[in-house]
Amino acid sequence: MGLSQDNVIIDLQGVSKVYGKGVAAVHALRGIDIRISSGEFVAMMGPSGSGKSTCMNILGCLDTPTAGTYQFEGEDVSRLTRDQRALLRRHYLGFVFQGFNLLARTTALENVELPLIYRGLPAEERRQYAQEALTAVGLQGWETHSPAELSGGQQQRVAIARAIVSKPTVLLADEPTGNLDTARSLEIMDLLTRFNREQHLTVVMVTHEVEMAAYASRLIHFRDGSVEQDHQQDNLT
Amino acid sequence: MLWNIFLLAFRAIIRNLMRSTLTMLGIVIGVAAVITMVNLGRGATIQVTNQIASLGSNLLIVRPGQRMGHGQRSAAPPFTIKDSEAIARDVPGVAAVSPSASQAMVVVYGNLNWSTNVTGTDNHYFGVRNVTLAAGRIFTEAELRSGLAVCVIGETVRRELFGSLDPIGAKIRLKKISCEVIGLAASKGQASMGGDQDDMVLVPLRTFWRRIAGNRDVTFIQLSARDGVSTTKVKNDVEALMHERRHISGNESDDFNVRDLQEIATTLTGTTQVLTGLLGAVAAVSLLVGGIGIMNIMLVSVTERTREIGIRLAIGALERDVLLQFLVEAVTLSSLGGIMGILLAVLASYSLSGLMGLPVVLSPGIMLLAFFFSAAVGVIFGYIPARKAARLNPIDALRHE
Ligand SMILES: Nc1ncnc2c1ncn2[C@@H]1O[C@H](COP(=O)(O)OP(=O)(O)OP(=O)(O)O)[C@@H](O)[C@H]1O
Ligand SMILES: [Mg+2]
Repeated sequence: MGLSQDNVIIDLQGVSKVYGKGVAAVHALRGIDIRISSGEFVAMMGPSGSGKSTCMNILGCLDTPTAGTYQFEGEDVSRLTRDQRALLRRHYLGFVFQGFNLLARTTALENVELPLIYRGLPAEERRQYAQEALTAVGLQGWETHSPAELSGGQQQRVAIARAIVSKPTVLLADEPTGNLDTARSLEIMDLLTRFNREQHLTVVMVTHEVEMAAYASRLIHFRDGSVEQDHQQDNLT
Repeated sequence: MLWNIFLLAFRAIIRNLMRSTLTMLGIVIGVAAVITMVNLGRGATIQVTNQIASLGSNLLIVRPGQRMGHGQRSAAPPFTIKDSEAIARDVPGVAAVSPSASQAMVVVYGNLNWSTNVTGTDNHYFGVRNVTLAAGRIFTEAELRSGLAVCVIGETVRRELFGSLDPIGAKIRLKKISCEVIGLAASKGQASMGGDQDDMVLVPLRTFWRRIAGNRDVTFIQLSARDGVSTTKVKNDVEALMHERRHISGNESDDFNVRDLQEIATTLTGTTQVLTGLLGAVAAVSLLVGGIGIMNIMLVSVTERTREIGIRLAIGALERDVLLQFLVEAVTLSSLGGIMGILLAVLASYSLSGLMGLPVVLSPGIMLLAFFFSAAVGVIFGYIPARKAARLNPIDALRHE
């Protein structure tokens, strides 16, 4: 794949994020530059508090930078309205949260259907796509279970199914394996690798574990809100 | 899309059945209480008004003595037939005057007896008191003039003494006299104030004087004002006339009193209206408490809902998608609650009115008011927290603790 100028999908330039004001201000990001091309599998690592999640939230248009520009497929995100950013999330981005963030008392199938409802798909297609996504993450037979009836690994797989069901161009995953044991974690990584390879899905993932980072084709190291290292690597398998 | 939103809202209601039920319960009880109370109050007002109307149109009652509260009267000389004639002759605007005297006594038929009120009067009584006959006839001139032993009985007396037998032509015993029943007064129904109007026996005044009382006293005079004549004016004229006839000068206090039923009616209607207002106020408090309950439940669930809103925003819902969903949810919940409250109120109004012997009144105004109030409460407290959450950055909504 490699870094080609033509298919740059994410372009951060001098992006900063400051939480709070005055003496209490926290500089979570201090002017970072990151470019990610279509089809890459990026892992972000770094000590706790180094700004990884902040960066992910900005990439996912869930939060806005204090300074700098973020271009998504050549579009300056900071110029977009709230609704336009929501539409961008709806059509191009899939997000997997560290804490799963599934709707309680709602079946796995309904959780996965949710993004499609906002895309205005008819019920029939919604069911079909959600079913396919659940099958893709190995959860056929668990459609009618609510999150409370699923294990952590299963919940995370439902969350991944929800993120990929709308066929996004970029999948953003913040510590997708943070709450899972090694065996479950490796399963999730296999899933992500498969989507990356087979569907040409761009994957950006935050992780603390070297084993998981090894699946990525590129590694970005954060320290104190800055990018410390950014290099390609031979990924596993 | 709208159908989708409605479906989403409906699913959310089902999903959180406990919360939905509790929310609705507050509205149901509040709405039902307000409507029922107001309906019952209106029923009572109508009941009182009807009863007063059934007593007689524009009825005035003149009695000797002063009322000293609680029905007590100071002793004073009774009236005579001349007083009654003077009123009929000298007071303008009087439709009919009926001099009467009465006594409580036991009446006997066969081996049954019944304690009732026996009144000696004339045929004007029927007009003045709005009494019609269900069977038989009123007194003839001859019976009135010669004081024959004939009587008209009320429905209660008929029931107690005759049961299923025909009373007309039968002889009942009043004290020592045997009295033929010539008429049966039509029932006026149970009166809640002023006693049972059907519990009475009427005889000619002369019969009463000669055979029962042993004197020629008139213990009260009933008169009706002509339609369109102010009862207050008639009352003043009667008072002036009686002052003169009973030689009461300006600074002496009256030894008689004139009661104007119109006046009493107004007072009583006023009282029941105040009561209705009070009941309504109590019920309004319960509606308010219901509203606060809804508010609490909505606010308690706000953390969970804020996270839900965060999730929806994160996966691409627009602010207005979320708002519409929550609005539809709140409106659906509170409307359902409101409708159930109205149904419950209708049921309660019917059964309680039946129990209390009141006419059933359903006031659409208060139903609408209660319905819209409950809807407003539900919408405000369901919608405002949602709007706050939907305006957050998605990530802040997701992080909400
Ligand atoms: N909402 C917020 N308000 C204030 N400060 C915040 C907020 N979110 C993050 N921060 C601060 O910004 C800095 C970066 O946080 P961030 O969550 O990006 O770190 P991280 O690299 O994801 O850490 P971890 O590995 O522990 O998840 C931290 O110092 C954190 O305290
Ligand atoms: Mg983090």
